[in-house]
Amino acid sequence: MTPAIMAMGGITEMEIGLAHYLTVGAILLVLGIFGIFVNRKNVIVILMSIELILLSVNLNFVAFSAWLDDLAGQVFAMFVLTVAAAEAAIGLAIVVIYFRNRGSIEVEDISTLRG
Amino acid sequence: MITALAFYLFAAILIASAVMVVTARNPVHSVLFLILAFFNAAALFLIAGAEFLAMILVIVYVGAVAVLFLFVVMMLDIDFARLREGFQRYAPIGAVVGGILFLELVLVLGAWSFADQADDLRLSPNPGGGLTNAEAIGRIIYTDYVYLFQAAGLVLLVAMIGAIVLTHRDRPGTRRQNIGAQVARTGTISLEKVPVGAGVKELGIRRPPEPEAEAPKVAHDAGHHGHGGHH
Repeated sequence: MTPAIMAMGGITEMEIGLAHYLTVGAILLVLGIFGIFVNRKNVIVILMSIELILLSVNLNFVAFSAWLDDLAGQVFAMFVLTVAAAEAAIGLAIVVIYFRNRGSIEVEDISTLRG
Repeated sequence: MITALAFYLFAAILIASAVMVVTARNPVHSVLFLILAFFNAAALFLIAGAEFLAMILVIVYVGAVAVLFLFVVMMLDIDFARLREGFQRYAPIGAVVGGILFLELVLVLGAWSFADQADDLRLSPNPGGGLTNAEAIGRIIYTDYVYLFQAAGLVLLVAMIGAIVLTHRDRPGTRRQNIGAQVARTGTISLEKVPVGAGVKELGIRRPPEPEAEAPKVAHDAGHHGHGGHH
């Protein structure tokens, strides 16, 4: 990071750097993927893990936006938020109608959703 | 100093609640920890100077998405104990994949640095000059990014219509408005010439013929009230 960029960052105290934010984002991403693996049967928790992953993406966007002093990152994070909300709505609607038809939400049965 | 302390506090709570989201036994607890995680992420956004996004995160995620999750989890009668089978079996695989991914991310971030021309490559630099974050974002999303903004609105519209179409069902026995039948009514609607000052009570309102079972009662009451029989 060049000193010029460091000086114009959104945060004046330099104790917390970009690396801190990226580390938190990376840990969140890994936790989300871990959640998808360990909750293989529960679609609702898988959807929540996807929300965690998208949150980590947003954290990275905001961190870079603040450190480069470029608002495009925050605008993009807003669009990611929009898509995440739409995805949650559609995903939960599918879960509801699937449960109505089958009486369970096990992922292994969901291949019957086709056709 | 205060900023650093706050960052570490919020980051620690964020990561701890994210761990609880994926490992909690009860999905209701998962949703509640998800809400806690979103609040702490909003605090991290605030520390980074993105006030507008922090508030949007609280409103959209905590106010809408997390409540939607909570609603679905509580509405569906699911045997959650059975869904947790295989947690121990898949935990090592998940840990290995997650560990590899984390190592890769650390390697990428360790060997990475900003380009020298990073300042010149900025797409929409912060105008500065005492402008708040919300004002600065508002200045660009309605000008430079207006098409993307409209597209985001379309995405939400399609999601809304899709969710309604998916979950809507016709229950037998419910009575719904049939606009076609209403418009096609003929003969039963007619104009009456009412004497001035007399009012409709004198004439008795002519009502369309009721179903056969109630026909005698309606005929009896029509002279008094005009309203279908209630006494």
